[in-house]
Amino acid sequence: MEKENHYQQLKGIVKPYLPQDVTVDDICPDSHFINELNINSANLVDIVLDVEDAFDITLENDDMDQMQTVNDALDIIDKKRSLK
Amino acid sequence: MVITGLGICAPNGVGLRDFTKSLKEGLTGISFHQELQDLNFGCQVAGKPQLTPEYINKYFTSLQLRGLNASGLVYGVIAGTDAWTDAGLSKAEEDEPDWDSGIIFGTGILGVDKFRESIHLVDEGNTRRLGSTSVIQTMASGISAYLGGILGSGNQVTTNSSACTTGTEGVIMAYDRIRSGKAKRILTGSCSDSGPYVWGGFDAMRILPRNYNDSPAKASKPLSASASGFVPGSGAGALVLESLESALDRGAKIYAEVLGGAVNSGGQRGGGSMTAPNSLSVQRCIKMALENSEIESKDIEAINGHLTATGKDPVEVLNWSLALERSGADFPYLNSFKGIMGHGLAAAGSMECVAAVLQFKEGQIFGNPNIEDLHPEIEQLVHKSRIPSKTINFRPQTIAKASFGFGDVNACVIFKIFKD
Repeated sequence: MEKENHYQQLKGIVKPYLPQDVTVDDICPDSHFINELNINSANLVDIVLDVEDAFDITLENDDMDQMQTVNDALDIIDKKRSLK
Repeated sequence: MVITGLGICAPNGVGLRDFTKSLKEGLTGISFHQELQDLNFGCQVAGKPQLTPEYINKYFTSLQLRGLNASGLVYGVIAGTDAWTDAGLSKAEEDEPDWDSGIIFGTGILGVDKFRESIHLVDEGNTRRLGSTSVIQTMASGISAYLGGILGSGNQVTTNSSACTTGTEGVIMAYDRIRSGKAKRILTGSCSDSGPYVWGGFDAMRILPRNYNDSPAKASKPLSASASGFVPGSGAGALVLESLESALDRGAKIYAEVLGGAVNSGGQRGGGSMTAPNSLSVQRCIKMALENSEIESKDIEAINGHLTATGKDPVEVLNWSLALERSGADFPYLNSFKGIMGHGLAAAGSMECVAAVLQFKEGQIFGNPNIEDLHPEIEQLVHKSRIPSKTINFRPQTIAKASFGFGDVNACVIFKIFKD
């Protein structure tokens, strides 16, 4: 249940960064941020900052490198929150 | 070469309608700023465009608005896109840029507030929290880059910077590029941030008026004996310059012709310095502009000066008089828009070029509402009737506009009324 909540929350975070030809309904758990959702790589930096603020966690450079898909992001969020 | 579009985001009017009304009626855009008082500024009055968040929202996507903290960028995007729309031009298609259209949009320094925000984060060891837009909001060419992306320009996209000469220089750079056949049209203009971090340095130089914090409308007095410094301003102006052929092909409306112009520098020699112009180079620049435009001194019917309201205004008028070899009642009509606009710094040249060109359309010479005591040295050179305090009905055929900037740099451009 918590994972589903996080997923919905993450969709809300990603939404403003989607290009015009991609909608929030196109997002699925294994969507690749850059290759499938066509998110500008510069904006991925902003998504990371928004995730940090929303979930009250800090992502390290390694975490950011591993965060390729929506599922990757959810796993990292879970991991970081469980360490709190 | 003609002007087919104008855009303005000025302290005395955002959009052509309000701006024109202000110029016609002498309505001031200068106001008291509590922030400047709180920060112990000597001069607490300034010119700043009045914008609501709803108005800004019309020009930026929600993504662009996230973390946007660069006032000059906001002013520039508003003026630039408005000028493009006013010219009847549209944005390039999604797949291919408009190869024939370029942008030369100048600034002095961009995104000062964003830069301050970034400096705090960096100093706190929090560089990773800067986000992705601190660079594009603070690089000087951020303004031309933003406009280039919005419009899809595929020709030269660049930012020029020459202090208070920037906007007028941009018009001449655009003219040169179109003249050389390298572009059909150029969106040119300039913008300047507002706020204490831009204006503070000038306050410290003690060149801003300090006795008008209770009467902001009276603070900026170009050409006056009682002028005590320039009122700091901000904003953006924009013009679409286009080859006559392209304008006629499109059936575009035409505001004016750009006959030509000149830029030069006094080299900080012969009386010129970092902050004061070499008079000989000013005169030379004006004469070169006439020569480049293939007109004679007698053809100039109106001058829009740089005239900032410091003690240097009489020297500028003398330079015009010597360069044109005209004086007294034979002197062209003369005005300065800084009385109601303040000194827009890097934005001054473009905001004033827009205003100067509007005089053709309105068939008027906009007044100098703040002159109560014309400087005696100026009155010796120019008959009072040539410096109207109120707007007069007179449609000039040819207007000379000049701007001068720190670094001893000059620009003079010549506009002419367009006749089919």
